[in-house]
Amino acid sequence: MNISVTEDVEKSAAAPLQLKKDKTSPSPQDFTGTIGEIHLDDPKISTRNVNVFYGEKQAIFDVSLDIGRNEVIALIGPSGCGKSTYLRALNRMNDTIAGCRVEGSLQLDGEDIYAKTMDPVLLRARVGMVFQKPNPFPKSIYDNIAYGPRIHGLARNNVEIDEIVETSLRRAGLFDEVKDRLQSPGTGLSGGQQQRLCIARAIAVDPEVILMDEPASALDPIATAVIEELIDELRANYTIVIVTHSMQQAARVSRRTAYFHLGKLIEVGKTSQIFTNPRHELTENYITGKIG
Amino acid sequence: MTEPQITGHISKRFDQELEDIRNKVMSMGGLVENQVASGVKCLVASDSELARKLIADDHEVNRMEVEIDEECVQILARRQPAAGDLRLIVAVIKTITDLERIGDQAEKLGRIQLELEQQEISSSTYIKLEHLGELVGKILHSALDAFARMNVADAMATIELDIRVNDEYDSLMREMITHMMEDPRTIRSSLRISWCARALERIGDHAKNICEYVVFLVQGKDVRHITPKEQPGL
Repeated sequence: MNISVTEDVEKSAAAPLQLKKDKTSPSPQDFTGTIGEIHLDDPKISTRNVNVFYGEKQAIFDVSLDIGRNEVIALIGPSGCGKSTYLRALNRMNDTIAGCRVEGSLQLDGEDIYAKTMDPVLLRARVGMVFQKPNPFPKSIYDNIAYGPRIHGLARNNVEIDEIVETSLRRAGLFDEVKDRLQSPGTGLSGGQQQRLCIARAIAVDPEVILMDEPASALDPIATAVIEELIDELRANYTIVIVTHSMQQAARVSRRTAYFHLGKLIEVGKTSQIFTNPRHELTENYITGKIG
Repeated sequence: MTEPQITGHISKRFDQELEDIRNKVMSMGGLVENQVASGVKCLVASDSELARKLIADDHEVNRMEVEIDEECVQILARRQPAAGDLRLIVAVIKTITDLERIGDQAEKLGRIQLELEQQEISSSTYIKLEHLGELVGKILHSALDAFARMNVADAMATIELDIRVNDEYDSLMREMITHMMEDPRTIRSSLRISWCARALERIGDHAKNICEYVVFLVQGKDVRHITPKEQPGL
Protein backbone atom coordinates (compact mmCIF):
# COMPACT_ATOMS: atom_id res chain seq x y z
CA MET A 1 0.00 0.00 0.00
CA ASN A 2 1.35 3.35 -0.90
CA ILE A 3 -0.66 5.91 1.01
CA SER A 4 1.18 9.08 1.78
CA VAL A 5 1.83 9.68 5.44
CA THR A 6 0.27 13.12 5.49
CA GLU A 7 -2.99 11.83 4.12
CA ASP A 8 -3.06 9.12 6.74
CA VAL A 9 -2.72 11.55 9.60
CA GLU A 10 -5.17 13.98 8.07
CA LYS A 11 -7.76 11.24 7.73
CA SER A 12 -7.67 10.57 11.41
CA ALA A 13 -8.05 14.30 11.91
CA ALA A 14 -11.29 14.32 10.01
CA ALA A 15 -13.19 12.18 12.49
CA PRO A 16 -13.78 14.62 15.39
CA LEU A 17 -14.15 17.55 13.06
CA GLN A 18 -17.09 16.09 11.17
CA LEU A 19 -19.20 16.85 14.20
CA LYS A 20 -18.80 20.57 13.60
CA LYS A 21 -21.84 22.18 12.04
CA ASP A 22 -20.06 25.36 11.15
CA LYS A 23 -18.19 24.59 7.97
CA THR A 24 -16.20 27.77 8.06
CA SER A 25 -14.56 26.78 11.32
CA PRO A 26 -10.84 26.34 10.83
CA SER A 27 -9.46 22.80 10.97
CA PRO A 28 -5.95 21.37 10.79
CA GLN A 29 -6.55 20.69 7.09
CA ASP A 30 -6.86 24.40 6.39
CA PHE A 31 -3.86 25.06 8.58
CA THR A 32 -2.02 28.02 7.17
CA GLY A 33 0.37 28.71 10.00
CA THR A 34 0.60 29.17 13.70
CA ILE A 35 -1.49 31.95 15.22
CA GLY A 36 0.51 34.15 17.57
CA GLU A 37 4.09 35.33 17.79
CA ILE A 38 6.54 32.46 17.34
CA HIS A 39 9.53 34.77 17.10
CA LEU A 40 11.43 36.10 20.12
CA ASP A 41 14.45 38.36 20.23
CA ASP A 42 17.48 36.57 21.61
CA PRO A 43 15.80 33.19 22.18
CA LYS A 44 17.37 30.40 24.26
CA ILE A 45 16.08 27.80 21.86
CA SER A 46 15.01 28.52 18.33
CA THR A 47 13.24 25.96 16.17
CA ARG A 48 12.14 26.42 12.57
CA ASN A 49 10.14 24.16 10.29
CA VAL A 50 10.64 21.11 12.46
CA ASN A 51 9.27 17.86 11.08
CA VAL A 52 9.57 14.63 13.02
CA PHE A 53 8.90 11.19 11.54
CA TYR A 54 8.55 7.83 13.22
CA GLY A 55 9.42 5.65 10.25
CA GLU A 56 6.84 6.50 7.60
CA LYS A 57 4.53 8.26 9.98
CA GLN A 58 4.95 11.98 10.42
CA ALA A 59 4.35 13.11 13.99
CA ILE A 60 5.29 16.81 13.80
CA PHE A 61 4.49 19.13 10.90
CA ASP A 62 6.49 22.23 10.26
CA VAL A 63 6.64 23.54 13.81
CA SER A 64 8.46 26.85 14.30
CA LEU A 65 8.78 28.29 17.77
CA ASP A 66 11.24 30.30 19.84
CA ILE A 67 11.70 29.64 23.54
CA GLY A 68 12.94 32.53 25.63
CA ARG A 69 15.58 32.74 28.33
CA ASN A 70 14.26 32.20 31.85
CA GLU A 71 10.79 31.62 30.60
CA VAL A 72 8.36 28.88 31.47
CA ILE A 73 6.49 27.76 28.38
CA ALA A 74 3.75 25.16 28.54
CA LEU A 75 3.00 22.82 25.65
CA ILE A 76 -0.58 21.63 25.72
CA GLY A 77 -2.80 19.60 23.44
CA PRO A 78 -4.70 16.31 23.23
CA SER A 79 -2.89 12.97 23.42
CA GLY A 80 -0.96 12.22 20.26
CA CYS A 81 -0.72 15.88 19.26
CA GLY A 82 3.07 15.75 19.17
CA LYS A 83 3.88 17.91 22.17
CA SER A 84 6.04 15.24 23.84
CA THR A 85 7.71 14.40 20.54
CA TYR A 86 8.55 18.07 20.06
CA LEU A 87 9.84 18.29 23.64
CA ARG A 88 12.05 15.24 23.15
CA ALA A 89 13.42 16.66 19.92
CA LEU A 90 14.87 19.54 21.95
CA ASN A 91 17.49 17.36 23.64
CA ARG A 92 17.68 14.59 21.09
CA MET A 93 15.89 12.06 23.25
CA ASN A 94 14.29 10.88 20.01
CA ASP A 95 17.73 9.67 18.86
CA THR A 96 17.19 6.62 21.05
CA ILE A 97 14.06 5.64 19.12
CA ALA A 98 14.78 3.48 16.07
CA GLY A 99 13.38 4.95 12.84
CA CYS A 100 12.83 8.40 14.29
CA ARG A 101 13.93 11.22 12.01
CA VAL A 102 14.07 14.92 12.84
CA GLU A 103 14.16 17.58 10.09
CA GLY A 104 14.37 21.34 10.27
CA SER A 105 16.42 23.74 12.28
CA LEU A 106 16.77 23.40 16.07
CA GLN A 107 19.24 25.70 17.78
CA LEU A 108 20.36 26.13 21.36
CA ASP A 109 21.96 29.54 21.79
CA GLY A 110 22.53 29.58 18.05
CA GLU A 111 24.22 26.18 17.99
CA ASP A 112 22.68 23.44 15.86
CA ILE A 113 21.33 20.80 18.26
CA TYR A 114 21.56 18.14 15.53
CA ALA A 115 25.05 19.05 14.31
CA LYS A 116 27.46 16.12 13.96
CA THR A 117 29.80 17.88 16.36
CA MET A 118 27.14 18.12 19.06
CA ASP A 119 27.67 15.39 21.66
CA PRO A 120 24.19 14.21 22.72
CA VAL A 121 25.46 13.37 26.21
CA LEU A 122 26.76 16.89 26.74
CA LEU A 123 23.63 18.32 25.13
CA ARG A 124 21.45 16.46 27.63
CA ALA A 125 23.53 17.90 30.47
CA ARG A 126 22.73 21.36 29.11
CA VAL A 127 19.13 20.49 28.36
CA GLY A 128 17.97 18.32 31.26
CA MET A 129 14.78 16.36 31.45
CA VAL A 130 12.27 15.36 34.10
CA PHE A 131 9.80 12.62 33.25
CA GLN A 132 6.20 11.88 34.10
CA LYS A 133 7.04 9.03 36.44
CA PRO A 134 9.77 9.72 38.99
CA ASN A 135 12.70 7.50 38.00
CA PRO A 136 15.40 7.74 40.65
CA PHE A 137 18.41 5.46 40.18
CA PRO A 138 18.38 2.43 42.50
CA LYS A 139 21.05 4.15 44.56
CA SER A 140 21.21 6.33 47.63
CA ILE A 141 19.71 9.81 47.60
CA TYR A 142 23.26 11.20 47.67
CA ASP A 143 24.46 9.11 44.74
CA ASN A 144 21.41 9.98 42.67
CA ILE A 145 22.55 13.59 42.71
CA ALA A 146 26.31 12.94 42.65
CA TYR A 147 26.19 10.63 39.63
CA GLY A 148 25.84 13.30 36.95
CA PRO A 149 28.48 15.73 38.25
CA ARG A 150 30.90 12.79 38.65
CA ILE A 151 30.59 11.45 35.11
CA HIS A 152 30.69 14.95 33.65
CA GLY A 153 33.73 15.81 35.80
CA LEU A 154 32.03 18.85 37.30
CA ALA A 155 33.78 18.42 40.66
CA ARG A 156 37.43 17.97 41.56
CA ASN A 157 36.97 16.32 44.92
CA ASN A 158 34.42 14.94 47.35
CA VAL A 159 33.98 18.26 49.13
CA GLU A 160 32.82 19.83 45.89
CA ILE A 161 30.49 16.90 45.24
CA ASP A 162 29.05 17.34 48.74
CA GLU A 163 28.45 20.96 47.93
CA ILE A 164 26.71 20.21 44.64
CA VAL A 165 24.49 17.61 46.31
CA GLU A 166 23.43 20.04 49.01
CA THR A 167 22.80 23.00 46.67
CA SER A 168 20.85 20.86 44.22
CA LEU A 169 18.69 19.36 46.96
CA ARG A 170 18.13 22.83 48.42
CA ARG A 171 17.12 24.27 45.07
CA ALA A 172 14.68 21.42 44.60
CA GLY A 173 13.27 22.15 48.05
CA LEU A 174 14.14 18.69 49.29
CA PHE A 175 17.24 19.14 51.44
CA ASP A 176 15.56 19.67 54.80
CA GLU A 177 13.39 16.61 54.29
CA VAL A 178 16.25 14.22 53.46
CA LYS A 179 19.38 15.71 55.05
CA ASP A 180 19.45 13.03 57.79
CA ARG A 181 19.12 10.11 55.40
CA LEU A 182 21.24 10.95 52.39
CA GLN A 183 22.52 7.39 52.28
CA SER A 184 19.05 5.81 52.18
CA PRO A 185 17.80 4.60 48.80
CA GLY A 186 16.15 7.25 46.61
CA THR A 187 13.39 4.81 45.80
CA GLY A 188 12.29 4.89 49.43
CA LEU A 189 11.04 8.46 49.17
CA SER A 190 7.41 9.41 48.53
CA GLY A 191 6.30 10.06 44.94
CA GLY A 192 6.50 13.84 45.30
CA GLN A 193 9.90 13.63 46.98
CA GLN A 194 11.17 11.26 44.28
CA GLN A 195 10.08 13.73 41.62
CA ARG A 196 11.89 16.55 43.41
CA LEU A 197 14.90 14.24 43.69
CA CYS A 198 14.78 13.84 39.90
CA ILE A 199 14.59 17.62 39.51
CA ALA A 200 17.57 17.98 41.90
CA ARG A 201 19.41 15.39 39.80
CA ALA A 202 18.67 17.38 36.64
CA ILE A 203 19.84 20.60 38.30
CA ALA A 204 23.07 19.01 39.64
CA VAL A 205 24.76 19.06 36.23
CA ASP A 206 24.03 22.78 35.95
CA PRO A 207 21.75 22.69 32.89
CA GLU A 208 20.52 25.72 30.96
CA VAL A 209 17.16 24.32 30.01
CA ILE A 210 14.92 21.87 31.86
CA LEU A 211 12.35 19.90 29.88
CA MET A 212 9.48 18.52 31.94
CA ASP A 213 7.15 15.90 30.55
CA GLU A 214 4.08 15.95 32.79
CA PRO A 215 6.16 16.24 35.93
CA ALA A 216 3.23 16.29 38.32
CA SER A 217 0.68 13.99 36.73
CA ALA A 218 1.42 11.14 39.13
CA LEU A 219 1.40 13.34 42.22
CA ASP A 220 -1.25 14.42 44.73
CA PRO A 221 -2.35 18.09 44.88
CA ILE A 222 0.06 18.97 47.70
CA ALA A 223 3.10 17.45 45.99
CA THR A 224 1.91 19.09 42.75
CA ALA A 225 1.76 22.48 44.43
CA VAL A 226 5.29 21.97 45.77
CA ILE A 227 6.57 21.11 42.27
CA GLU A 228 4.77 24.10 40.76
CA GLU A 229 6.23 26.40 43.39
CA LEU A 230 9.62 24.93 42.57
CA ILE A 231 9.13 25.61 38.85
CA ASP A 232 8.39 29.21 39.72
CA GLU A 233 11.65 29.49 41.67
CA LEU A 234 13.72 27.63 39.06
CA ARG A 235 12.60 30.11 36.41
CA ALA A 236 15.11 32.60 37.79
CA ASN A 237 18.01 30.42 36.64
CA TYR A 238 16.69 28.14 33.94
CA THR A 239 14.51 28.02 30.87
CA ILE A 240 11.70 25.56 31.47
CA VAL A 241 9.59 23.80 28.87
CA ILE A 242 6.73 21.86 30.41
CA VAL A 243 4.34 19.43 28.75
CA THR A 244 1.17 19.02 30.73
CA HIS A 245 -2.30 17.58 30.39
CA SER A 246 -3.54 19.70 33.24
CA MET A 247 -4.84 22.95 31.83
CA GLN A 248 -4.95 24.50 35.26
CA GLN A 249 -1.31 23.62 35.74
CA ALA A 250 -0.33 25.22 32.45
CA ALA A 251 -2.34 28.29 33.43
CA ARG A 252 -0.68 28.44 36.85
CA VAL A 253 2.99 27.93 36.02
CA SER A 254 3.65 29.19 32.51
CA ARG A 255 4.21 32.59 31.00
CA ARG A 256 3.49 31.44 27.46
CA THR A 257 1.39 28.55 26.23
CA ALA A 258 1.65 26.67 22.94
CA TYR A 259 -1.26 24.58 21.71
CA PHE A 260 -0.50 21.54 19.53
CA HIS A 261 -3.08 19.66 17.52
CA LEU A 262 -2.39 16.61 15.32
CA GLY A 263 1.31 17.40 15.06
CA LYS A 264 0.85 21.07 14.26
CA LEU A 265 1.49 24.10 16.40
CA ILE A 266 -1.89 25.81 16.18
CA GLU A 267 -1.50 28.76 18.48
CA VAL A 268 1.06 30.28 20.81
CA GLY A 269 0.58 33.26 23.05
CA LYS A 270 0.76 34.65 26.52
CA THR A 271 -0.87 32.27 28.96
CA SER A 272 -3.11 35.07 30.20
CA GLN A 273 -4.47 35.50 26.68
CA ILE A 274 -4.71 31.81 25.73
CA PHE A 275 -6.85 30.97 28.76
CA THR A 276 -9.21 33.93 28.56
CA ASN A 277 -9.42 34.70 24.88
CA PRO A 278 -7.77 32.18 22.55
CA ARG A 279 -7.81 33.19 18.92
CA HIS A 280 -8.10 29.79 17.25
CA GLU A 281 -11.27 27.77 17.52
CA LEU A 282 -9.31 24.55 18.07
CA THR A 283 -7.56 26.09 21.07
CA GLU A 284 -10.87 27.32 22.45
CA ASN A 285 -12.44 23.90 21.98
CA TYR A 286 -9.58 22.14 23.71
CA ILE A 287 -9.30 24.33 26.76
CA THR A 288 -13.05 24.49 27.27
CA GLY A 289 -13.37 20.72 26.92
CA LYS A 290 -15.19 20.58 23.61
CA ILE A 291 -13.03 18.12 21.68
CA GLY A 292 -14.78 14.78 21.68
CA MET B 1 -10.95 35.20 18.94
CA THR B 2 -13.87 32.83 18.54
CA GLU B 3 -17.48 33.48 19.38
CA PRO B 4 -18.48 31.55 22.46
CA GLN B 5 -20.73 28.59 22.00
CA ILE B 6 -22.42 27.43 25.12
CA THR B 7 -22.93 23.86 24.00
CA GLY B 8 -20.58 21.28 22.53
CA HIS B 9 -18.65 20.30 25.66
CA ILE B 10 -17.63 16.71 26.10
CA SER B 11 -19.47 16.93 29.39
CA LYS B 12 -23.16 17.18 28.48
CA ARG B 13 -23.93 18.10 32.04
CA PHE B 14 -21.68 21.15 31.73
CA ASP B 15 -23.60 22.15 28.59
CA GLN B 16 -26.78 21.81 30.60
CA GLU B 17 -25.47 23.83 33.53
CA LEU B 18 -24.44 26.70 31.27
CA GLU B 19 -27.75 26.57 29.36
CA ASP B 20 -29.57 26.57 32.66
CA ILE B 21 -27.69 29.63 33.87
CA ARG B 22 -28.31 31.48 30.65
CA ASN B 23 -32.02 30.65 30.75
CA LYS B 24 -32.26 31.87 34.32
CA VAL B 25 -30.56 35.15 33.40
CA MET B 26 -33.08 35.56 30.61
CA SER B 27 -36.05 34.95 32.89
CA MET B 28 -34.58 37.29 35.49
CA GLY B 29 -34.21 39.81 32.67
CA GLY B 30 -37.85 39.29 31.67
CA LEU B 31 -38.99 39.83 35.23
CA VAL B 32 -36.92 43.00 35.59
CA GLU B 33 -38.29 44.32 32.31
CA ASN B 34 -41.81 43.86 33.69
CA GLN B 35 -40.84 45.62 36.90
CA VAL B 36 -39.59 48.64 34.98
CA ALA B 37 -42.75 48.76 32.85
CA SER B 38 -44.88 48.53 36.01
CA GLY B 39 -42.83 51.29 37.64
CA VAL B 40 -43.56 53.71 34.84
CA LYS B 41 -47.17 52.60 34.51
CA CYS B 42 -48.03 52.89 38.21
CA LEU B 43 -46.85 56.51 38.24
CA VAL B 44 -48.42 57.54 34.98
CA ALA B 45 -51.76 55.89 35.82
CA SER B 46 -51.62 56.58 39.60
CA ASP B 47 -52.04 52.86 40.15
CA SER B 48 -51.08 52.10 43.76
CA GLU B 49 -52.16 48.47 43.51
CA LEU B 50 -49.62 47.95 40.77
CA ALA B 51 -47.02 49.81 42.87
CA ARG B 52 -47.59 47.45 45.81
CA LYS B 53 -47.25 44.40 43.59
CA LEU B 54 -44.08 45.83 42.05
CA ILE B 55 -42.52 46.35 45.48
CA ALA B 56 -43.45 42.83 46.57
CA ASP B 57 -42.04 41.30 43.39
CA ASP B 58 -38.62 42.88 43.93
CA HIS B 59 -37.94 40.05 46.38
CA GLU B 60 -38.19 37.63 43.48
CA VAL B 61 -35.58 39.63 41.53
CA ASN B 62 -33.24 39.53 44.52
CA ARG B 63 -33.85 35.82 45.03
CA MET B 64 -32.95 35.10 41.40
CA GLU B 65 -29.76 37.11 41.70
CA VAL B 66 -28.67 35.06 44.70
CA GLU B 67 -29.61 31.80 43.01
CA ILE B 68 -27.74 32.53 39.75
CA ASP B 69 -24.76 33.86 41.67
CA GLU B 70 -24.56 30.63 43.63
CA GLU B 71 -24.70 28.54 40.45
CA CYS B 72 -21.88 30.61 38.93
CA VAL B 73 -19.75 30.08 42.04
CA GLN B 74 -20.40 26.34 41.77
CA ILE B 75 -19.28 26.31 38.14
CA LEU B 76 -16.14 28.30 38.95
CA ALA B 77 -15.29 25.89 41.75
CA ARG B 78 -16.16 22.64 40.03
CA ARG B 79 -15.55 23.24 36.33
CA GLN B 80 -12.77 25.81 36.36
CA PRO B 81 -14.09 27.29 33.12
CA ALA B 82 -11.65 28.81 30.63
CA ALA B 83 -11.83 31.03 27.55
CA GLY B 84 -15.41 31.55 26.30
CA ASP B 85 -16.92 29.63 29.23
CA LEU B 86 -15.01 31.79 31.69
CA ARG B 87 -16.10 34.96 29.93
CA LEU B 88 -19.70 33.76 29.99
CA ILE B 89 -19.65 33.16 33.74
CA VAL B 90 -17.96 36.50 34.42
CA ALA B 91 -20.46 38.28 32.15
CA VAL B 92 -23.37 36.56 33.89
CA ILE B 93 -22.15 37.47 37.38
CA LYS B 94 -21.87 41.11 36.34
CA THR B 95 -25.13 41.15 34.37
CA ILE B 96 -27.25 39.89 37.25
CA THR B 97 -25.79 42.56 39.54
CA ASP B 98 -26.93 45.22 37.08
CA LEU B 99 -30.30 43.53 36.68
CA GLU B 100 -30.78 43.52 40.42
CA ARG B 101 -29.98 47.22 40.58
CA ILE B 102 -32.44 47.90 37.77
CA GLY B 103 -34.97 46.07 39.92
CA ASP B 104 -34.16 48.39 42.84
CA GLN B 105 -34.65 51.47 40.68
CA ALA B 106 -38.02 50.13 39.50
CA GLU B 107 -38.99 49.49 43.12
CA LYS B 108 -38.10 53.12 43.87
CA LEU B 109 -40.70 54.23 41.30
CA GLY B 110 -43.31 52.11 43.07
CA ARG B 111 -42.44 53.62 46.44
CA ILE B 112 -42.79 57.14 45.09
CA GLN B 113 -46.29 56.26 43.83
CA LEU B 114 -47.22 55.06 47.34
CA GLU B 115 -45.94 58.32 48.83
CA LEU B 116 -48.08 60.26 46.36
CA GLU B 117 -51.07 58.15 47.34
CA GLN B 118 -50.52 58.87 51.04
CA GLN B 119 -50.33 62.59 50.43
CA GLU B 120 -53.33 62.33 48.15
CA ILE B 121 -51.53 64.00 45.32
CA SER B 122 -52.78 63.38 41.84
CA SER B 123 -49.92 62.41 39.63
CA SER B 124 -51.21 63.77 36.36
CA THR B 125 -47.88 65.52 35.83
CA TYR B 126 -46.16 62.15 35.75
CA ILE B 127 -47.27 61.68 32.20
CA LYS B 128 -44.03 63.49 31.38
CA LEU B 129 -42.15 60.36 32.41
CA GLU B 130 -43.93 58.16 29.92
CA HIS B 131 -41.66 58.93 27.00
CA LEU B 132 -38.44 58.50 28.96
CA GLY B 133 -39.87 55.29 30.44
CA GLU B 134 -40.64 53.90 27.00
CA LEU B 135 -37.15 54.69 25.75
CA VAL B 136 -35.51 53.07 28.78
CA GLY B 137 -37.74 50.02 28.44
CA LYS B 138 -36.68 49.70 24.82
CA ILE B 139 -32.98 49.91 25.69
CA LEU B 140 -33.32 47.33 28.42
CA HIS B 141 -35.13 45.05 26.00
CA SER B 142 -32.45 45.34 23.30
CA ALA B 143 -29.70 44.86 25.89
CA LEU B 144 -31.27 41.59 27.02
CA ASP B 145 -31.82 40.63 23.40
CA ALA B 146 -28.16 41.25 22.59
CA PHE B 147 -27.23 39.13 25.61
CA ALA B 148 -29.50 36.27 24.59
CA ARG B 149 -28.16 36.22 21.05
CA MET B 150 -24.59 37.17 22.04
CA ASN B 151 -24.71 39.80 19.34
CA VAL B 152 -22.01 42.48 19.45
CA ALA B 153 -23.53 44.69 16.74
CA ASP B 154 -26.84 44.88 18.64
CA ALA B 155 -24.99 45.54 21.88
CA MET B 156 -23.01 48.40 20.35
CA ALA B 157 -26.15 49.91 18.81
CA THR B 158 -27.85 49.77 22.20
CA ILE B 159 -24.91 51.48 23.89
CA GLU B 160 -25.37 54.31 21.40
CA LEU B 161 -29.07 54.51 22.28
CA ASP B 162 -28.23 55.32 25.87
CA ILE B 163 -27.09 58.74 24.68
CA ARG B 164 -30.71 59.46 23.77
CA VAL B 165 -31.81 58.53 27.28
CA ASN B 166 -29.33 61.00 28.70
CA ASP B 167 -30.54 63.72 26.32
CA GLU B 168 -34.14 63.05 27.24
CA TYR B 169 -33.25 63.13 30.92
CA ASP B 170 -31.39 66.43 30.55
CA SER B 171 -34.29 68.08 28.76
CA LEU B 172 -36.75 66.84 31.40
CA MET B 173 -34.50 68.27 34.10
CA ARG B 174 -34.34 71.64 32.35
CA GLU B 175 -38.11 71.67 32.18
CA MET B 176 -38.39 70.88 35.90
CA ILE B 177 -35.93 73.60 36.82
CA THR B 178 -37.93 76.08 34.77
CA HIS B 179 -41.11 75.05 36.59
CA MET B 180 -39.45 75.43 39.96
CA MET B 181 -38.12 78.87 39.13
CA GLU B 182 -41.45 80.06 37.82
CA ASP B 183 -43.49 78.77 40.71
CA PRO B 184 -41.71 77.69 43.89
CA ARG B 185 -44.87 75.89 45.03
CA THR B 186 -44.09 73.20 42.45
CA ILE B 187 -40.67 72.48 43.90
CA ARG B 188 -41.80 69.48 45.93
CA SER B 189 -43.56 67.76 43.04
CA SER B 190 -40.91 68.77 40.52
CA LEU B 191 -38.21 67.25 42.68
CA ARG B 192 -40.19 64.04 42.92
CA ILE B 193 -40.50 63.83 39.17
CA SER B 194 -36.77 64.49 38.90
CA TRP B 195 -36.06 61.54 41.20
CA CYS B 196 -38.20 59.31 39.04
CA ALA B 197 -36.42 60.53 35.92
CA ARG B 198 -33.11 59.94 37.66
CA ALA B 199 -34.13 56.34 38.44
CA LEU B 200 -35.03 55.77 34.80
CA GLU B 201 -31.77 57.29 33.62
CA ARG B 202 -29.87 54.95 35.96
CA ILE B 203 -31.75 51.99 34.48
CA GLY B 204 -30.49 53.08 31.05
CA ASP B 205 -26.92 53.10 32.40
CA HIS B 206 -27.29 49.59 33.83
CA ALA B 207 -28.67 48.37 30.49
CA LYS B 208 -25.65 49.92 28.81
CA ASN B 209 -23.37 48.03 31.23
CA ILE B 210 -25.05 44.79 30.21
CA CYS B 211 -24.26 45.57 26.57
CA GLU B 212 -20.62 46.11 27.48
CA TYR B 213 -20.55 42.68 29.13
CA VAL B 214 -21.93 41.21 25.90
CA VAL B 215 -18.98 42.66 23.96
CA PHE B 216 -16.60 41.22 26.56
CA LEU B 217 -18.35 37.87 26.43
CA VAL B 218 -18.18 37.58 22.65
CA GLN B 219 -14.92 39.31 21.80
CA GLY B 220 -12.97 39.24 25.04
CA LYS B 221 -12.57 43.03 24.84
CA ASP B 222 -13.29 45.39 27.67
CA VAL B 223 -15.14 48.40 26.24
CA ARG B 224 -16.03 50.00 29.56
CA HIS B 225 -15.06 53.59 30.24
CA ILE B 226 -14.12 54.36 26.65
CA THR B 227 -16.16 56.22 24.06
CA PRO B 228 -17.45 54.36 21.00
CA LYS B 229 -14.96 56.27 18.83
CA GLU B 230 -12.05 54.91 20.83
CA GLN B 231 -13.09 51.34 20.18
CA PRO B 232 -11.10 49.93 17.30
CA GLY B 233 -12.60 47.18 15.22
CA LEU B 234 -16.09 47.22 16.62
